[in-house]
Amino acid sequence: MSTTTGLAALATLLQVVAVVAAAPLLVGGMRQVRARLEGRAGGGIGQPWRDLRKLLRKQQITPAGTTVVFGFAPAVVAGTTLLIAAILPLIALGSPLDPAADLFGVVGLLFLGTVALTLAGLDTGTAFGGMGSSREITIAALVEPTIVLAVFALSIPGHSANLAAIVSATADHPGQLVSPGSLLAFVALAIVIIAETGRLPVDNPSTHLELTMIHEAMVLEYSGPKLALVEWASGMRLTVLLGLIANLFLPWGIAGADPSMLAILIGLVAISVKIALLAGVLATVEIFIAKLRYFRIPELLAGSFLLALLAVTASYFFATPTN
Amino acid sequence: MTTALPDSPTVPALDKALPAARRAHAQAVASGSVTAALGVLGVALGLSAVFGAPRHLRIGWLLPLVGVIFDLGPLGGFFVAATGAVSIAVGIYAVGYAQREHWARFPLVMLPLFVAAMLLVPAAGSVTTFLLAWELMAAASLVLVLSEHHRAQVRSAGAFYAVMTQLGFAAILLALVVLSAAGGGDAFATIAAGSGGISGGTRTAVLLLTLMGFGSKAGLLPLHAWLPRAHPEAPSPVSALMSAAMVNMGIYGLIRIDLQILGPGPHWWGLTLMVFGALSAVFGVLQASVATDLKRLLAYSTTENMGLVTLALGAATLLSSYGARQVAAMAMTAALLLILAHAAFKTLAFLGAGSVLAATGLRDLDKLGGLARRMPGTTVMFGIAALGASGLPLGAGFVGEWLLLQSLIHSPHENNTLLALTMPLSVGAVALTTGLGIAAMVKAFGVGFLARPRSAAAQAAREAPTSMMAGMALAAAACGVFAVAPAALGPLLKQVLAALPTVGGNEAGPALGAYLRLPGIPGSMSPGLIAVALVVAVLLALGLGRWGLRHRPAAAVVPLWACGADSLSSKMQYTATSFAEPLQRVFDNVLKPETDVEVTHFAESQYLVEKVTYRTLQADPLEQRLYTPVVRAVTTWAQWVRRAHPGSVHLYLAYGALGLLIVLVISR
Repeated sequence: MSTTTGLAALATLLQVVAVVAAAPLLVGGMRQVRARLEGRAGGGIGQPWRDLRKLLRKQQITPAGTTVVFGFAPAVVAGTTLLIAAILPLIALGSPLDPAADLFGVVGLLFLGTVALTLAGLDTGTAFGGMGSSREITIAALVEPTIVLAVFALSIPGHSANLAAIVSATADHPGQLVSPGSLLAFVALAIVIIAETGRLPVDNPSTHLELTMIHEAMVLEYSGPKLALVEWASGMRLTVLLGLIANLFLPWGIAGADPSMLAILIGLVAISVKIALLAGVLATVEIFIAKLRYFRIPELLAGSFLLALLAVTASYFFATPTN
Repeated sequence: MTTALPDSPTVPALDKALPAARRAHAQAVASGSVTAALGVLGVALGLSAVFGAPRHLRIGWLLPLVGVIFDLGPLGGFFVAATGAVSIAVGIYAVGYAQREHWARFPLVMLPLFVAAMLLVPAAGSVTTFLLAWELMAAASLVLVLSEHHRAQVRSAGAFYAVMTQLGFAAILLALVVLSAAGGGDAFATIAAGSGGISGGTRTAVLLLTLMGFGSKAGLLPLHAWLPRAHPEAPSPVSALMSAAMVNMGIYGLIRIDLQILGPGPHWWGLTLMVFGALSAVFGVLQASVATDLKRLLAYSTTENMGLVTLALGAATLLSSYGARQVAAMAMTAALLLILAHAAFKTLAFLGAGSVLAATGLRDLDKLGGLARRMPGTTVMFGIAALGASGLPLGAGFVGEWLLLQSLIHSPHENNTLLALTMPLSVGAVALTTGLGIAAMVKAFGVGFLARPRSAAAQAAREAPTSMMAGMALAAAACGVFAVAPAALGPLLKQVLAALPTVGGNEAGPALGAYLRLPGIPGSMSPGLIAVALVVAVLLALGLGRWGLRHRPAAAVVPLWACGADSLSSKMQYTATSFAEPLQRVFDNVLKPETDVEVTHFAESQYLVEKVTYRTLQADPLEQRLYTPVVRAVTTWAQWVRRAHPGSVHLYLAYGALGLLIVLVISR
């Protein structure tokens, strides 16, 4: 159990601020990588920030007939993501919220955000809203088993599902990273993170075809400041999930539970580099793949479930007693 | 007022109706308050039995030969208190509901009787008393299910329920008779004392029979089929009682007879419970996620939750049989927490569904919608219940499911292939159940309460009266406590756990403080802190959204985007059927839906479509595979037997003589 110091709390605060500030840059960077690889000039890394500023200054429009569910869903999605950013060990291990929520809690918060948006999609009462919600919740329901099993696999070495324990167990025993269980868990988790953040091949974030939309169909009625919040939240979601997978499998550079200022700074740089690299790889890979047909996605997710199951059983059978 | 004018016939009717209405009001108040009072009594007695000395009562004259024995220990007290708490909420709710739905006198009398019978079951201290209370409970619930017997579906559901509950009773009767013969006594205490001498074969027989009998009451696979029939057709307060309190009795029976009196058993006991639990959970939630009838959905969700409870019980038994007693104590705590949470959110959900039914006459989600504006209070209540049922943070079910997962992932696996295979699969089953449960509850809440009304009846809905809201508010408060402050249940669960030594009860269970801490394992969780932090985070997000407020023009309400058409009709919305269609398609092999698409072409050209008819029927595949052959066989057999009694007195005399002869020959 980690004890929290003032500097650790500062690191947590820094994490949240960094995620809020860097999420649009991350999205911009990925779009820029994609544009360059496709031979376009691209809008530049700062374009999402400019979009947010523009949207936040637009008129607040409420579609007739919607309820508070529609009104508050963007804040709930953004709020759950901010909370996750505060819980995860991104810069330092000793988040004051670490003992309050383990990885299962984080998964629960993630789903809470998804549920809020799906309800908002249904609340509009349009065909697109319902369609997007129905597709999103189906994917979420099928992602859950994989994500929980991957948590299981990851929690075996550290004997705990609390994130600080998992990350420090990996940092202390880096040999476990190349174990079959760990590698399988990585692949499984990568697939579910792609599904949860709506990237290719599960969903196309830049689609303009209604029939292929999932996330975009669900949020079709949002405009102006609310849309800004939705877009922001989805960028933050991508950032924290990439940060999570980065630190679960490559925990180097992260500051300890009782960090110094320098360690926090190193942690910040390390996680930024890791997330940027992962995002670059993701954007590059996305160039080469097309979106899967919707009813082929369950097959992908079933595959990732099997990988996660194998990861757990492999960790069980090849477990090396630690501690 | 005997000379009423012919053009105003309503005057005398009104005059007569007033005292009748007053009488109906008084009757409803009486029935509801007696039910609630019984509930209060149950809570008080139950808690006193949990925390104080066990209560013992023998009434010798009530039953000849054996007498009636009540013996209320911590375990029974827990279930009595849970049943009582459900009854309080239902009793208050029933005051308004009975008036609004014009209940006859009979169900009004039966409601408190049903509650009383349910309170007696966990209090029973002997086999005879237990069976008596069990049968009283079954009969009372059957009569209540048949309250609206003028509808054919109700009669069919009632017949189904009657047959299944009596078959279950027969299995329990047989099991307990065998147990009592082997244990050498009628009182549970005597049997428990002599249970060491019961042979392995007898134990197995008793376990299998009780699993059948109690499993059917708890709605476990494959004997769950009465739930999705009886729960929707019963009046909603009765559904709430049945689904939140009566099914618990099945679990109580399993714990009391198999784990407390018979246990500890061999490894396969726990494994069997786990298999049945996991199958019930996954199958129940799958059916719930494609159901379009709101109350049927909730009934399947009951099967799901009882499956999870049984899975937890099985895990506790299995782990304990391998000596992992601390983790077993965690699993058992999870089971108890899940029971309590389910009781709270399922009471609330069924009462909410009852309010919807009373306001619109509809249970079909495909015709509901738009209730958030018409029934805001009920919508909030149902939302709390749905959040609880989906097992997400801030919901009542979260803590129980979290503990269950923790106990599964922390089971020791060194050199144990069985555990190394069962536990990951169980985790997968629990996670799939949670995922699909979220989809089912989003559908129930999102399609049923949000968006625009899909029928005139939903359009005309109005809010439920105060007493119904008060009943629901009580259950909602319980959901809130379970969701953010499970610490309040710590002492209660500790006492109950201590009464269950065969599943690690004498170990220290998980500490339910402000932080939930696991015994001997570095892992913790604080639902209360998460709730507070989430509120802060959402406020922060709202603050982010206010950025640039100065530059914005005044806010406006505009119509939805209709793809350039004039306006959206409510028929363009997604319905519950269409919402669940992807899931139905993904799980096509398990669900086996019957879909029928009929395309009618114009006479002039078969390239032009005149109309398309789409029909889909989501029947229960297990029911069709398993029950239909049995029912057919019984019917055929009955036809054969019928030939033996054609109504001829001569033949009957011959039967009598023959029977007597056979008896004489045998007894000679």
